[in-house]
Amino acid sequence: MTKHFGPLVALDNVSIRFEPGSLHAILGENGAGKSTLVKCMMGYYRPDAGDIFVSGEKHAINNPRHAHQLGLGMVYQHFTLVPSMTVAENLILGEAQLPPIIPWEAERERIEEFQRTMPFKLDLDRPVASLAAGEKQKLEILKQLFLGRRVLILDEPTTVLTPAEADQILGLMRGMAGNQQLTVILITHKLREVLDFAGDVTVLRAGRRVGGGAAKDLASEELVRMMIGAGKIARAATRVETPTNAAYLDLRDLTVENDNGLMAVRGVSLQVRAGEIVGVAGVSGNGQRELVEALAGQRQPASGEMFVRGAVYSPRRGEMRQRKVFLLPEEPLRNACVGVMSVAENLAFRNFDEPRNTRYRWLISRRAIRGQALDLIDRYGIKAQGAEARLETLSGGNVQRTVLARELCEEVSVLVAQNPCSGLDFAAVAEIRSQLMDARNRGAAVLLISEDLDELLELADRIVVMFEGKFVYETPRDQADVQTIGRYMASPT
Amino acid sequence: MGAATDLGWWGVLIAVVGGAIRVSTPYLFVSLGETLTEKSGRVNLGLEGTLVMGAMSGYGISYVTGSPWLGVLVAGLTGTLLGLLHAAVCNLPRVNDIAVGIALFLFGTGLAFYLGKPLIEPVAPRLPHLPLGAWSDYPQIRVALEINALFIIGLILAPVLRWGLRNTKWGIMLRTVGDSSDAAKALGYSVNFVRIMGTMAGGFLAGVGGSFLSLYYPGSWNEALSSGQGLMAVTLVIFARWNPVYCFYTSLLFGGATALGPALQSVGITANYYLYGAAPYVLTLGLLISSSSTRHRLVGAPSELTISK
Repeated sequence: MTKHFGPLVALDNVSIRFEPGSLHAILGENGAGKSTLVKCMMGYYRPDAGDIFVSGEKHAINNPRHAHQLGLGMVYQHFTLVPSMTVAENLILGEAQLPPIIPWEAERERIEEFQRTMPFKLDLDRPVASLAAGEKQKLEILKQLFLGRRVLILDEPTTVLTPAEADQILGLMRGMAGNQQLTVILITHKLREVLDFAGDVTVLRAGRRVGGGAAKDLASEELVRMMIGAGKIARAATRVETPTNAAYLDLRDLTVENDNGLMAVRGVSLQVRAGEIVGVAGVSGNGQRELVEALAGQRQPASGEMFVRGAVYSPRRGEMRQRKVFLLPEEPLRNACVGVMSVAENLAFRNFDEPRNTRYRWLISRRAIRGQALDLIDRYGIKAQGAEARLETLSGGNVQRTVLARELCEEVSVLVAQNPCSGLDFAAVAEIRSQLMDARNRGAAVLLISEDLDELLELADRIVVMFEGKFVYETPRDQADVQTIGRYMASPT
Repeated sequence: MGAATDLGWWGVLIAVVGGAIRVSTPYLFVSLGETLTEKSGRVNLGLEGTLVMGAMSGYGISYVTGSPWLGVLVAGLTGTLLGLLHAAVCNLPRVNDIAVGIALFLFGTGLAFYLGKPLIEPVAPRLPHLPLGAWSDYPQIRVALEINALFIIGLILAPVLRWGLRNTKWGIMLRTVGDSSDAAKALGYSVNFVRIMGTMAGGFLAGVGGSFLSLYYPGSWNEALSSGQGLMAVTLVIFARWNPVYCFYTSLLFGGATALGPALQSVGITANYYLYGAAPYVLTLGLLISSSSTRHRLVGAPSELTISK
């Protein structure tokens, strides 16, 4: 199968055979073509060349509905549930032939009946918006099974789950595949999931199939080599001893509401000392976003106080500059940059009005800004077509490097980073992590909010777990235990 | 003055209630229509134009055929066509529904004034009303309770629509498309098709609302017929939290506000008449301010709307 997007070859002659009743993993880095492959299977994209055979018959799958009729179902990375509807409404939504008037009593009976055969249950009348991420994931899977799919494609299903929930769901999938109920295709970039749960594995890199076979015959080093190819990885971050310093960032009883007026952050207090990385672990949707938005000045806290180096901090541009508070928010293209502006302009957001970047005080000097950009592009290895390239034309890793360059090029007191490596490839991840560590080693107080436990275990000096808007557990780095942290992420009681 | 003076301030209240029932009908139909459209994830600001086109075409057909009900039907169909136009233009890539709505608002009113020139003089048969106040000796109560059949249809339609949004295939599809077009696509629904249907249904109801203006109250065709009811009904949908039954209550509230000036005039308070005439507009502003927040999203807003994003 081949798929081009303009000049980019997303898939290059990939052939895979999925055996019935197997759990087949497709392993690859971001951008390796995994999603493109399954979107072709589900009828979102039309392959430029190649065929799809289902049970030995050739089918041209034109749209998702057609794929559903063939028994193919997909659980997406970003949930496709309707948030304002109830669990029951979401379950019946996908039925190919909904009757004009929905016989709710009969439908509910059918759903109850079906839920009895399932290993987990959900309250049918709860609106989906009130479900936790893990429950939503379960509902997605439940929905596909309720609709009688024979082949289930799971796209990075564990990103939003705690380790225990991930094991539970993947174990369940393996069990159902084992007794021939289902064929499961697992798309992932996590080696552990492949080694623990998959029967077969196919590795993709840059749109090509670079290896595969039975998972038990492949060693993890071999799989990693297939995934990343010959590319070399930046040096691992080295941690230097820092003295026990004063607290640079101090949050006291901070309470923040979300868009719907509900408490998202419920009275948290936390101190981050200079030369320390404090990691905030937690499943997404437990208040992390609102916490970062409050620190960034995107959201007004409902109550509580923030202090930077002992003085009250209210996040405005001038104050952030004066107090040297810097931010690396998640989804940088949405939260930290303007995609249609140039790399140089984006790099100058913090300092375009400082004397060295202006002429006659009120006019911006484009020459000074371009000079600054060329210097940073060079120092931080940003791959862009010049300083005047629009930022949205850069790859995810280079957008993140641009933000990093802007936020770290000066002396830093406090750095807040949220999921700084999500969606980036191995090389960029290693580099960005070492930059964060360097900032800490130079004496910055770093608050690192991440959904990736491995990242926190690698970088943080101290880890706190955030659950339903509160910090429920804290552990120093040398006593951190994945099982315990995972338990608190799922439920603190 | 006779009975009017006997009733005193009760007369004002009765006149406001009667006015609310009489004036609210176009608000009700336009807001029910806009609710359907917005539930599909689009805002149609052109409903003011649809309302005026509906008024003009309904009046014309009633005049030519002598049947006001045929006029109502044609007004609805005119609205359906305008809805189709809005939806079709919005289905093109990178087209903004708000901008298209404003264009259609100007287009609809302009076209109606142009085509309606010959209809200003003639008198068309009007819609009948039910004299529900015949038991009373007071003329005020009798006038207040002369209820038009369209109002009763709207009264029944509101709960029916609410029930339908929850319990029918079409209702579920409409809400899915309006709340998460990703989910709708994953389910294999055609997002554009559902939105065309939602906007056409909204146009039909707005057209019917317009026919009420020309065929019942005020009951003639002229260029000053609508005083922005179509636009205010869009606000009203926000205040009604996209719930058809709440649309009914808020329409009554707006109708009552519009009737305030004439009601006070009937008991002899004529000072500040034009100030009372501004009541519905002040109410619109007040409600918008009080129901919005810088911190929170509106409860119940379909998340695909451009205003929710």
